[in-house]
Amino acid sequence: MSKSNFTRRGVLKSGAVAGAGVALPTIFTASSAAAYMNEPTGGSVTLGFNVPQTGPYADEGADELRAYKLAVEHLNGGGDGGMMNTFSSKALQGNGILGKKVEYVTGDTQTKSDAARASAKSMIEKDGAVMITGGSSSGVAVAVQALCQEAGIIFMAGLTHSNDTTGKDRKANGFRHFFNSYMSGAALAPVLEKMYGNDRKAYHLTADYNWGYTTEEAVKSSTEAMGWETVNAVKTPLTQTDFSSYIAPVLQSGADVLVLNHYGGNMVNSLTNAVQFGLRDKEVNGKNFEIVVPLYSRLMAKGAGANVKGIFGSTNWHWSLTDEGSKAFVRSFGEKYGFPPSQAAHTTYVQTLLYADACERAGTHNPCGVAEALEGFEFDGLGNGPTLYRAEDHQCFKDVLVVKGKENPTSEFDLLEIVEVTPAEQVTYAPDHPQMGGADASLGTCNDGA
Amino acid sequence: MDAIVLQILNGLDKGSAYALIALGLTLIFGTLGVVNFAHGALFMIGAFCAVTLSRIINWSYTTISETEKNFLGEPLEVQVPYVHDWFGVAAGNTLIDWAVPLAILFSIPIMLAVGYIMERGLIKHFYSRPHADQILVTFGLAIVLQEVIKYFYGANPIPTPAPEVFAGSFDFGAMLGFDPNTIIYPYWRLVYFAFAAVIIGAVFAFLQFTTFGMVVRAGMADRETVGLLGINIDKRFTIMFGIAAAVAGLAGVMYAPINSPNYHMGMDFLVLSFVVVVVGGMGSLPGAVLAGFLLGILESFASMAAVLDVLPGLNQIIIYLVAIIILLTRPRGLMGRKGVMED
Repeated sequence: MSKSNFTRRGVLKSGAVAGAGVALPTIFTASSAAAYMNEPTGGSVTLGFNVPQTGPYADEGADELRAYKLAVEHLNGGGDGGMMNTFSSKALQGNGILGKKVEYVTGDTQTKSDAARASAKSMIEKDGAVMITGGSSSGVAVAVQALCQEAGIIFMAGLTHSNDTTGKDRKANGFRHFFNSYMSGAALAPVLEKMYGNDRKAYHLTADYNWGYTTEEAVKSSTEAMGWETVNAVKTPLTQTDFSSYIAPVLQSGADVLVLNHYGGNMVNSLTNAVQFGLRDKEVNGKNFEIVVPLYSRLMAKGAGANVKGIFGSTNWHWSLTDEGSKAFVRSFGEKYGFPPSQAAHTTYVQTLLYADACERAGTHNPCGVAEALEGFEFDGLGNGPTLYRAEDHQCFKDVLVVKGKENPTSEFDLLEIVEVTPAEQVTYAPDHPQMGGADASLGTCNDGA
Repeated sequence: MDAIVLQILNGLDKGSAYALIALGLTLIFGTLGVVNFAHGALFMIGAFCAVTLSRIINWSYTTISETEKNFLGEPLEVQVPYVHDWFGVAAGNTLIDWAVPLAILFSIPIMLAVGYIMERGLIKHFYSRPHADQILVTFGLAIVLQEVIKYFYGANPIPTPAPEVFAGSFDFGAMLGFDPNTIIYPYWRLVYFAFAAVIIGAVFAFLQFTTFGMVVRAGMADRETVGLLGINIDKRFTIMFGIAAAVAGLAGVMYAPINSPNYHMGMDFLVLSFVVVVVGGMGSLPGAVLAGFLLGILESFASMAAVLDVLPGLNQIIIYLVAIIILLTRPRGLMGRKGVMED
């Protein structure tokens, strides 16, 4: 008869220890040989493009993806080089990043934070992506940025306009080239004052989520500072499709300006409804009734059709800009795809080049080295004029475009015209500005995942 | 007072869409006993019939402009609609302008066919299955239809304007004796309301005053006995499915100018319409119409700024709140029949 050394208690104990070991999160630990998370060891480096490929922002995501692919082509020495030829930094040689060929994987954010985190996590863990970029929503950007911080990966934000991305939710591993709500408010206010005077009563309709709140706050504070009165600000559910019951009371409120803090489908529908209700043909307080859309996008303007005519808003970039960088990008993108790029495409293309350039200048893919190279980096030639990647909050500071829906568009792409290029100084704020999370907001420390 | 009148108008307008979708939904439930979660998708397909006809009428050939340049500085390609060549520019433009009303005629055969194929091809196999199975399969179908539309038309909303004569709004208040500029209402929304009233009236008249309708009503009351009388009730019910699909489709066609159609507009309406059916009473046609207008009006009132100041968030829950209250006090819904969904 053999005697076993196993006891019930012993088995349970070792089982518990083994179980705990298995249950330990295996993600986000760089292999012992690597100096940092997902250090590229072979002849290539993998970037993770996390964009909405399904869901309501799929068209925007598709344009972002086109731009990413174009950027990869240019980085690897293909095509005409696009904005690499006009970029003030000459570190990029067209031989990949640090001599390694650029490859990419894509994920589908579905414009949902949980799906976006899951796809980013998969690209980091399974595909070994050394940088994650993308997003068409601030909720997604903030969520993925936090994940990248935790993982020790650089996050180059795509289309995200909420103050929080580089405000209260800023992270040491996250960088945003796109402008934000504060900048929209600051850029729009002087133009609105010039066009509509300083004695106006504004009525806000605001999408009931993070981006809506920061945009409302930004536009309210800049218009109130120039003498406008805010009559009312009503939150509308994100899922709302028919805005008639929110629009109808606007005329009775005595307001003479309607500010639509809406984006995407919300913006298309609320603007269409407002125009249907004849707001733009009315005269209130002896003035023409006006509508303002703080954040414009060409793709959304297309959805709203003729309703955008004459309506002011702001945008990060527009293909009709005539600087050398914009012209090079429009030519390169237009020849490849047959139509001009959107602002989402522009910002994602630029972010990819900026990341690659920072790696070259830092001489490493290590996120902390890359972050250091991006912090305080001043550049030009990427379509927005002289730009600063501010070290304190990882936000780009550059000129902001105030645009207006074109009265006589010549094509489906020619919907907006640039009214004013607001200089960067006018939209710059202190890193501890109250709208940006105040003194409590901090980047934390860089994480390289080692 | 004027604010209340305005919200009643808004409510009637919203209610028209709810009522039209709910009417088809309850018609299908009342006849075939199927809970059709793909009904919202039929509404969406209707709206895309308007988009499609508008594209067909706008079918163009390309000419190269000698004077204008495109964004790359190359000669601009100008699209010229064929209808300009066939009927002259003025008549061609009128055709293009009237695409949405014309789509009513275009959509009816398409929607009848879609309804027929859907019922014969898929749903009939689930008659004897539990309601949960029917909900799953029709919900799945809705997602498939949605993705098909997205594949062909993209994810962005597509502007589909009403004819020029119906653009803009008119001063409804001045007509009723209020101060001018207090009650302004868009023409097309009034057209929508009138259209919905006509369709609802037509469906009721069809069921009430035709032999076909009489048989269908008899079948709804007692399917077995009607079958025993030698009447092929299944065939008639299939036709009713087609009619219900057409009603949802027409609601969608006329809705296209109100909000630019996009691929998920059906889902936005589906849940609300389902609540409408439940509140009205499963299988009750007048109940669906009544509840549609009732919930539309309540929703409009709940989104007034004055109400939201007192009860923030009421706009988001009002419909469900009312549904809970009605189901607690009248479990069969407002006009539900005994024995429906109670076994």
